[in-house]
Amino acid sequence: MKKEKVVGLEGSFAVAEAVRLANTDVIAAYPITPQTHIVERLSEMVAEGELDAEFICVESEHTAMSACVGASAAGARVFTCTAGQGLELMHEVLYIPSSMRLPVVAVIANRALSAPLSVWCDHSDMMAVRDIGWIQMLAENNQQAFDLTLCAYRIAEDSDVLFPAMVHIDGFYLSHVIEDMSLPEDEEVAGFIPEYEYPFTLDPDKPVSMGCYAPPFIYPEAKKAQEVAFESTIPQILETWKAFGDRFGRYYAPVEKYRMENAKIALLTMGSCSETAMLAIDELRAKGEDVGLIRLRLWRPFPFKEFREAVKDVEVLVVLDRCVSFGMGGPVCSEVKSALYDQQKKPHVVGFIGGLGGRDILIEGFEYMIRSALEKVKAIERGEEIETEMIGVRE
Amino acid sequence: MIEICIYGRGGQGGVTLAELVAHAAILEGKHAQSMPSFGPERRGAPVFAFLRVDETERIKVRAEIKEPDVLLVLDPGLLGVGDVVSRLKKDGMTIVNTIKSHDEMKSKIEANKIATVDAMGIARAVLGLPIVNTTMIGALVKATGIVKLESMEAPMEERFGKVAAKNIAAMRKAYEETVVS
Repeated sequence: MKKEKVVGLEGSFAVAEAVRLANTDVIAAYPITPQTHIVERLSEMVAEGELDAEFICVESEHTAMSACVGASAAGARVFTCTAGQGLELMHEVLYIPSSMRLPVVAVIANRALSAPLSVWCDHSDMMAVRDIGWIQMLAENNQQAFDLTLCAYRIAEDSDVLFPAMVHIDGFYLSHVIEDMSLPEDEEVAGFIPEYEYPFTLDPDKPVSMGCYAPPFIYPEAKKAQEVAFESTIPQILETWKAFGDRFGRYYAPVEKYRMENAKIALLTMGSCSETAMLAIDELRAKGEDVGLIRLRLWRPFPFKEFREAVKDVEVLVVLDRCVSFGMGGPVCSEVKSALYDQQKKPHVVGFIGGLGGRDILIEGFEYMIRSALEKVKAIERGEEIETEMIGVRE
Repeated sequence: MIEICIYGRGGQGGVTLAELVAHAAILEGKHAQSMPSFGPERRGAPVFAFLRVDETERIKVRAEIKEPDVLLVLDPGLLGVGDVVSRLKKDGMTIVNTIKSHDEMKSKIEANKIATVDAMGIARAVLGLPIVNTTMIGALVKATGIVKLESMEAPMEERFGKVAAKNIAAMRKAYEETVVS
């Protein structure tokens, strides 16, 4: 096992360390709460010579991503980060690197969307970019924020992948929290991310146009090729996580299970509330209830196989969304249901929405969801229609 | 696990206090988590910071602290703002920066245990500044033993550089002068 030291590090600084250790060439980012500490730390690293990168000060997130696209096409290793409204402003350009197969790496400090203005955490920004064709994964603590950011470079730049990758770290819950984590020595990281050789680098001597124009006779073929290539990235994602685990002892999986042995009821969470959810599972298990927790680590491409495998023996699946898809309920719940639709044997799926705009979800909140879900299942079995419940909301 | 709410005013350094103690605890091999009360800080407004320390277990809970073991009050004027003391756990302790006598505070605060120190007086004398966060670390360490006093030095040196020595001196003075009962 490689040598590491235990340090107290803010989630934002942990991300910045990963960006430094990845020898990132170009950073283009615009500060926005709660992502600001990442940009500040990176600009300090560049100014102090700790990281030999070009830091492009841009006037907006739209330009940040545009700069990332250009730099990546020129063969640079590229990083950006943003949150909430910043990710929304970046939105138009997000489709470009995924469609042009440019392995930009981004970290999002997840934040609610206005109005009313909220700088606090939820997953509205994440869900608004679910269809952009980026590989997307979620961290639950600062250790994972570091580990997954480092892994994101290796995954994105794999010559069989060449897609941009996004790591979601919940705003404030990770970005502003200091906690103990293991940080590898610089020399231990060396070689984990191979030298980056983009195969189609822009070259003034061999000028090409990239992604410029596709009339109807070619556009669908381009999209089909993109989708086929994107769906086939999972083996490379698994390979990187395996290599990371073999080197550093921490293994990651597209769907992570906690106390799922013989679980009849499973709670599904994503992101920073997952460890609090584990405490709720512990309490319920202590009372003899057959409950477990599964977390979606990989959000895109959606890990259909691993997810179906994780819930195959579950009778009730309780899904927490930290986002509202207005008029539709919770987006994760919808996707989970669609992933199960064709299965012969499938659990009842009960969705809840909670944790919007930084509202904490406490252990009692998870216990409530599980108890309430069992009541709702009885109602479903009586033929009643069930609406998605927003938990902890004053009325 | 010990859960501490730091209650101060925006600009008093409560978040920095929580971070410094978290770093010291981690250097001692403990698990720790510091968390600001999230949001845009406003100078002078009442603001919380949160600190959890556990000797053995990794800290999994990731939410604000509703019922602390310890309430550390940086500004005595805040004791009347919000119902903060009643949120303490049953055997909880309140640590207050105050110019009043320990006995007077003991009669005023409904908590099983209290600790008092004139941190403002110490900060003005030692730092020459009315900023009490580092001074109050001395009171916290005396009252709870959450970390060793000397473990605070490295994080303070890293954070404050040249002015660390004065802050460490203020912390040590508060450690000596804090009354606990």
